Amino acid sequence: MKKILIIGATSAIAEATARIWAQRGDELFLVARNQERLNVITEDLKVRGSSGVHSYCMDANNFEEHLPMINTAYDVLCNIDIVLIAHGTLSNQKECEHSVELTMQEIKTNTLSVIALLTDLANRFEAKGSGTITVISSVAGDRGRASNYVYGSAKAMVTAFASGLRQRLHKSNVTVITIKPGFVNTPMTAEFKNGLLLVKPATVAAKIVKAIDEKKSEVYVPAFWWTVMAVIKTIPNKMFKSLNL
Amino acid sequence: MKICGWGRYPTIDAKVLLPQTHGDCTNFLKSNQIVLPRGMGRSYGDSANSSVVIQTSYLDHFIEFDVSTGVLTCEAGVSIREILQLIVPKGWFMPVTPGSSFITVGGAIASDVHGKNHHLSGTFSEHLLSLELMLGDGEILSVAKDVYPDLFRATCGGMGLTGIILSASFQLKPIQSSQIIQSTIKTNCLEEIYEQFESNYASTYSVAWIDCLTKGKQLGRSLLILGEHLQDGVLEFKKQKTLNLPFDIPKLFLNHHSIKAFNAIYYHRVFSKIKTEVIPLERYFFPLDSIGNWNRLYGKAGFVQYQFVLPIAAGVKGMRQILEVIVGSGKGSFLAVLKAFGTANKNFLSFPIKGYTLALDFKTSKETTELIKKLDSMVVEMGGRIYLTKDALMSETSFKKTYLQWEQFEEVRAKYGAIGKFASSQSKRLGLR
Repeated sequence: MKKILIIGATSAIAEATARIWAQRGDELFLVARNQERLNVITEDLKVRGSSGVHSYCMDANNFEEHLPMINTAYDVLCNIDIVLIAHGTLSNQKECEHSVELTMQEIKTNTLSVIALLTDLANRFEAKGSGTITVISSVAGDRGRASNYVYGSAKAMVTAFASGLRQRLHKSNVTVITIKPGFVNTPMTAEFKNGLLLVKPATVAAKIVKAIDEKKSEVYVPAFWWTVMAVIKTIPNKMFKSLNL
Repeated sequence: MKICGWGRYPTIDAKVLLPQTHGDCTNFLKSNQIVLPRGMGRSYGDSANSSVVIQTSYLDHFIEFDVSTGVLTCEAGVSIREILQLIVPKGWFMPVTPGSSFITVGGAIASDVHGKNHHLSGTFSEHLLSLELMLGDGEILSVAKDVYPDLFRATCGGMGLTGIILSASFQLKPIQSSQIIQSTIKTNCLEEIYEQFESNYASTYSVAWIDCLTKGKQLGRSLLILGEHLQDGVLEFKKQKTLNLPFDIPKLFLNHHSIKAFNAIYYHRVFSKIKTEVIPLERYFFPLDSIGNWNRLYGKAGFVQYQFVLPIAAGVKGMRQILEVIVGSGKGSFLAVLKAFGTANKNFLSFPIKGYTLALDFKTSKETTELIKKLDSMVVEMGGRIYLTKDALMSETSFKKTYLQWEQFEEVRAKYGAIGKFASSQSKRLGLR
């Protein structure tokens, strides 16, 4: 039985992942902004077989709330084996282009809050010398593209930060995993019509659980995105700038 | 976004809304004139089609499961498959389940589904303890057989036209094993299968596969497939690997000859008069679920699933007349299914009545539309009716002649503010307001 902290627990991917863990009997500490949804998910995970589900209402953008949350999680769970950081928003690129405030807000939510959480958690995991830190980034972070570079650049920093952290914590026997989903069929992406490329949150969830079990480093979900992004990354800028991506 | 039923005919361009909370449902009701709740879109025709649908994909949480009493409470978007994965290992089973586990609890109520045990256990709604319904104005009512009984009778089998089913509580059935003892009885003609149904009435589960292509003496030759829960053994519900049909089967391969060959092989694979085997319940109840999208078998044009019931009074004679027309057309399908129904319940639009039901697929085409028209008139004449969950073509007149309580249904809808708020392509076609 594992003890697991999930930040952004109401996101479709995090919830689907929590269901797998619950079925295994793991104990979960859920963090999200919406208390009503947390309550519903908590009851659901209990029915599915979790040995204990705790919830904590917090907005990740209020950095001063991070420390009390993490302390509570450690108090309640006694020990944390796995952290999954899954919160985020899908930025509206067009609106961001006309609003500095909105752009900064998106960077704060998708990057700064993640890094703030990772910084503190990394030290605790390092001190203990075991465990897995998993963070959900995105294929969008592999190269900035006109259609969503605000979100993409925010995720790029998450990817780079996690990469550095992975090297640093490797010595301490702590695994750091970056999950890079492509298009996932969630309420967040409901507007996309790209049916063929969409995968279900449950599919991503199964990959996350597997990646953690197998101590992977970076995982593209589905795997074909590795190839797609490898190609996109190698396109010379001369050509890239005139592409419509 | 284009949406359609499982038959892939007809399709409609629709706005698909995905509520995550009750609050979202209220807001969607406020901001849209006419809506329709939708589950997994597994009804066959146009009963879950509407220009704005509120899809319950994310209202899929368990609320409570009492392992000692077998009472399960969950949100409307939970699928029977998810439920079985939870309950089977704990020694419980669905009181009633249709032939697919890829349907939601909300859909099971709205269609008031029946299963292979209808003759003894009735429809799904007969095992419901209560349900939560959001009315058109956002008010949430807790409804049960004796609490808002009129609304209960309209909502169960009501095709989502009374409001949004949010959650439900129902009584499960205890099992000692996840295996089924299946007995297959081979019969030579329609009269014989009717006799077999009668003499095996006490069997917990029964359904017959019927050959809809063979003419003459052997018309209606069938395999009666009986099932009983094994009394002792393992309790497991395996995550079966599903095979997906990656593309539509080209027209060429689906013709009279290929279907006829399939039917002959299917019938003759049972050599003896009675064959008994022990099989996992997935295989007994959900044989087609292991093929991801078997609806692609019928190619791009899609298909119409046709299911009707004839009252006992119509007798085997009535069924023979209809079968003769189907066989004569040569349009019958791979799997046609015959089943004896028990007594009807009191819900206004629930399909089953005491008698025999036949379900089969027709590939969509002009000829099938004509054929179905003809069948419709025969069914109506004999006092039968068509299953709304499968229907895509029935006329308003046929509907109103066969669902005699449609006016009471409309009165209840009017009383609870559903008229002008909830509608589907089907409800419009059938002349419901």
